[in-house]
Amino acid sequence: MSSTLSASTLLAVPLAPLVGSALAGILGTAFGGNVIGRRASHTFTILGVLVAFILSAMTLKSVALDGARFNETLYEWMVVGGLKMEIGFMVDGLTAMMMCVVTFVSLMVHIYTIGYMEEDAGYNRFFAYISLFTFSMLMLVMSNNLLQLFFGWEAVGLVSYLLIGFWFNKPTAIFANMKAFLVNRVGDFGFILGIGLIVAYTGTLNYTEIFAKAGELGPMAFPWTFFGQDALLVTVICICLFIGAMGKSAQFPLHVWLPDSMEGPTPISALIHAATMVTAGIFMVARMSPLFELSDAALNFIIVIGAITALFMGFLGIIQNDIKRVVAYSTLSQLGYMTVALGASAYSVAVFHLMTHAFFKALLFLAAGSVIMGMHHNQDIRWMGGLRKYMPITWITSLLGTLALIGTPLFSGFYSKDSIIEAVHFSNLPGSGFAYFAVLAGVFVTSFYSFRLYFLVFHGKERYDQNPDAHHDDHHHDDHGHHGDGKPHESPWVVTVPLLLLAIPSVVIGYLTIGPMLFGEFLQDAITVNAAAHPAMSRFAEIFHGPLAMALHAVSTPPLYLALAGAVAAWYMYLINPAVPAAIGRALKPLITVLENKYYLDWFNENVLARGARALGVGLWKGGDQGLIEGGVVNASWKVVGLFSAAVRRLQSGALYHYALMMIVGVFLFMTYFVWLAK
Amino acid sequence: MSLTLGHFLSVGAILFALSVVGIFLNRKNLIVLLMAIELMLLAVNMNFVAFSHYLGDLHGQVFVFFILTVAAAESAIGLAILVLLFRNRSSISVEELNTLKG
Repeated sequence: MSSTLSASTLLAVPLAPLVGSALAGILGTAFGGNVIGRRASHTFTILGVLVAFILSAMTLKSVALDGARFNETLYEWMVVGGLKMEIGFMVDGLTAMMMCVVTFVSLMVHIYTIGYMEEDAGYNRFFAYISLFTFSMLMLVMSNNLLQLFFGWEAVGLVSYLLIGFWFNKPTAIFANMKAFLVNRVGDFGFILGIGLIVAYTGTLNYTEIFAKAGELGPMAFPWTFFGQDALLVTVICICLFIGAMGKSAQFPLHVWLPDSMEGPTPISALIHAATMVTAGIFMVARMSPLFELSDAALNFIIVIGAITALFMGFLGIIQNDIKRVVAYSTLSQLGYMTVALGASAYSVAVFHLMTHAFFKALLFLAAGSVIMGMHHNQDIRWMGGLRKYMPITWITSLLGTLALIGTPLFSGFYSKDSIIEAVHFSNLPGSGFAYFAVLAGVFVTSFYSFRLYFLVFHGKERYDQNPDAHHDDHHHDDHGHHGDGKPHESPWVVTVPLLLLAIPSVVIGYLTIGPMLFGEFLQDAITVNAAAHPAMSRFAEIFHGPLAMALHAVSTPPLYLALAGAVAAWYMYLINPAVPAAIGRALKPLITVLENKYYLDWFNENVLARGARALGVGLWKGGDQGLIEGGVVNASWKVVGLFSAAVRRLQSGALYHYALMMIVGVFLFMTYFVWLAK
Repeated sequence: MSLTLGHFLSVGAILFALSVVGIFLNRKNLIVLLMAIELMLLAVNMNFVAFSHYLGDLHGQVFVFFILTVAAAESAIGLAILVLLFRNRSSISVEELNTLKG
């Protein structure tokens, strides 16, 4: 701990956006009487996020340069038994980096929103939501205990729900936000079980105290067996926590909500569903690395799930025609890469890719939004083309983002993605062979779909006037107004400036930070790696000789050529000879059908899980509740009493002489008994 | 032939048996029912007096006075109820008094 970080400064980081959000959300909407207008709303929220960003940058500086650390509990919410529920901050390299990424991307998105949401009626509400999101995400990353992490986790989920359904008149948006919420519940259930197990065995929620007990947690066996197999307690904990991460970070098979979340406005797709919120799961696993290091089984599970996501979601990106959905599947695939890195015990690499990905994917999403604005809210890339003439800034920044995404040497994505591939290569887990294949094949796929998107949008023939259903579709609620001839146009400066500002880190951040982040002191105390058991990172460190050498070395490794092959294939198929994709589509019809139906996962979820759960519910209701409980217990009891009474009732004739006879018979019976039998 | 205890007890038993039969054979008249109850008490009194005499203990006969008093009070109340019953239902037929029927 150092004196350079004060609690009040850190407290101001999440609170500034919260204040902005409250001002815009209460005073700027009908809820508080529309006291402040649009200009005031965006000024307040942007100021809040700007303050948070400046303070985060200062924090990062003192953490990175002066080695300052902070870990204190600021407020004790309650004590239940021996369990303390507190609010506190833990600031180390990992937190400081996340704070900067979150606030920077959030600031860019705030500025961009001024242009993108210009004509939307829910302008103030939107600003309130994204500032609230920034607050929640900061609470999540700055937390020093699992409870506050969980608070942030649920709060970002809530804001995500609100923003996916931002256009609440649109049935598809309502469906999508409900789906996102429900799928996340599945993940959160696992997460809360994991937290519960940790509390049950360590008795604390505080990170530092949990990690201090990691040693005694390690060898403990889980009290139950699974299918006759004994399991380590820590394996069960880690898998439960990772199921939470699977929900939030959209890992197979809980990824289904992310593509649908594209129903929301584009700025939030950039901020929440690409750059920050979906990386919360990655962040959480990296933060809990001392526990995950103890369980090879959990790491294996993680690496396999990550590899499946990285490769198979990439395939889906190839056949999508909606510009935002292509980028969304690309996000899924990149999240898979990060997860693979986590599984290979290369937590720092995962976090490194998280950071570079946040910049270039936010850039790509915002550029996609700019294209959508320029195309008058047409999102179908088949009816774009040749946009580089009309939208030069968007074109250049998109190209930089695409190059970063596919891993062009010297660009940020190259360093993080190649580091992942190297780390998986050196990993000694049983699942790493499959993962290595998946991430290598993923490089080709990534490059192919990225350049397919790029070529279809910015190059080739201009097709914007050939769209059969342009200007007729009614599913755009923020209809942008049609300027005269319907030609594409470049976006205003509030949109292009964030693109340019995001393009800079997308290009250079990898080169500048790979040394300190992967091999330096920066993340040393935040991330624990058991180098003896999982040597991937230490062996990778042996062959690392600086960023420039790594870029030069790339010439002799397969990923570069795979990326190149993907780009060339996209160039040939979509610019030179457009007949090829159609021919391939005809030849591989069944495969394309499977891809178009997203591996039938939605079908499976709706028909097997949802319908199955409904059928189970109806079965329990009819059979269990109505049949057994109502019919067998509640109604049966009165029926038995009724039957008995009906029999006894026959004795009650109402005639006095019957009662009298009965009395005398009774007297005789008693007398017989007492006089003769009971002697 | 002299009177023995057995004779008295036999008279008592016959009286008692008559009254019992009177209670449950009677289907017409509630007054007969009351009279049968009186008869039953008298049968008991007969036993009391007989035992009292043969055992030389006057307590039994003192008891008979109590019983007679109580029986008088009881028949007064019973007849009063009977009068009210007749006013309400215009009948004192035992057969028709079956409102207790379940």
